[in-house]
Amino acid sequence: MWNTLYNWLDERLGLNDLYTNLLDRPEPLGNWWNTLGSASLFLFLLQGATGIFLTVYYTPSPDHAYDSIQYIMNDVAFGWLIRGIHHWGASLMVLVVFIHMLRVFVTASYKYPRELTWLVGIGLLLMTLGMGFTGYLLPWHQMAYWATTVGTQIAGSLPFLGDFVLKTLRGGPDLSALTLQRFFAAHIWILPAALVALIGAHLYLIIKHGESHFPDPED
Amino acid sequence: MSGSNRVTRRDFIKVTTGAVGGLITLVMGIPALGYLIDPALRENKAGKPVMVGNLADIPVGTPYHFSFTLTKVNGWERTASTFGGFILRKTEDPKDIIILSSRCTHLSCRVNWNEDAGAFLCPCHDAKFSPEGQVLDGPPPEPLRRFAYEVGADGAITITPVELKEG
Ligand code: HEM
Ligand code: FES
Repeated sequence: MWNTLYNWLDERLGLNDLYTNLLDRPEPLGNWWNTLGSASLFLFLLQGATGIFLTVYYTPSPDHAYDSIQYIMNDVAFGWLIRGIHHWGASLMVLVVFIHMLRVFVTASYKYPRELTWLVGIGLLLMTLGMGFTGYLLPWHQMAYWATTVGTQIAGSLPFLGDFVLKTLRGGPDLSALTLQRFFAAHIWILPAALVALIGAHLYLIIKHGESHFPDPED
Repeated sequence: MSGSNRVTRRDFIKVTTGAVGGLITLVMGIPALGYLIDPALRENKAGKPVMVGNLADIPVGTPYHFSFTLTKVNGWERTASTFGGFILRKTEDPKDIIILSSRCTHLSCRVNWNEDAGAFLCPCHDAKFSPEGQVLDGPPPEPLRRFAYEVGADGAITITPVELKEG
């Protein structure tokens, strides 16, 4: 019964082909360092899932942001767990992405024909850091407020464009409700959309070129 | 290897992946569900009895004013509202009392007891209600609402803070 159904679907969707091409690819002999890209992907999905759950209660307004997070932590069933995972997962993801990049560097996997994989990877690193920066403001407590004040000031010290960049980031000359709202938009829509697109390109390139083998003395 | 009843490495990986995956789904699924339906599982505090006075302090024949504050909690927001009413002891009999809400049945202004008029007067559109809450004059469509009450052995009066139509 299930076989018939599966075969029917497979004929139309090409499930077996998908499986062999996406998951059953030939892999060079590797080690645990080769799992860090997949670990980054898993953390991204985990952050996505817990983030979506947080938006069920979180309210991005100066009047409510802090209280809504206190509510999640102290009153909502398992709110501490969902927020805890999102909070620690954020730091872990930056760490894992960074070590993944180091492993690609150390094994010289960024060379021909994988230069674009590396370039897309740089985009991924920047977006990941951007997620951390925008997410940090959302609790709207003292630490968040001043970290963002300083962070946007640093961006504002850019020669010539500084003032423009600062106002664009803050949505005006000061940190305000506009800042919180646009950081929220960046954190839940703009950066994740960019990340999804870049991850798609990254994975396409990895499947297209196969994974690099570790360099040996011949290389 | 196929045909032998030893577990192959491939099957072992399949089964453990499935089992671990199932466990993770369960361990994450229950908190996720609890998190989403949490507001529906909260105890509803509306209608909890409120103490409004003691028989010993209430004269017979004159409406006795009381007020109480109820706090509604929605998420992290608390809204306190004040409500009021009158206790009328018709006779010495501790059971012979009426408890009225002071909210005018026209547009919800607060009515006051006026000793000279011997009636409740509404400051908004000059309505007039009898001591038992019947409309004597003005625009209100209905008599004043009532509260269900209980009198304790010590004379303490508690009401259920939900307005009821007369009767
Ligand atoms: C959100 C962040 C990222 C995700 C989800 C991700 C995902 C992956 C995955 C699943 C692989 C397969 C091989 C492995 O796991 O080692 C991979 C390989 C690769 N990644 Fe990333 N990556 C990310 C960030 C980066 C960064 C920051 C760089 C470098 C700037 C980078 C450069 C590369 C390169 C060049 C490869 C090919 C390595 C090879 O073929 O051996 N990636 N990535
Ligand atoms: S509100 Fe009382 S008379 Fe209109």
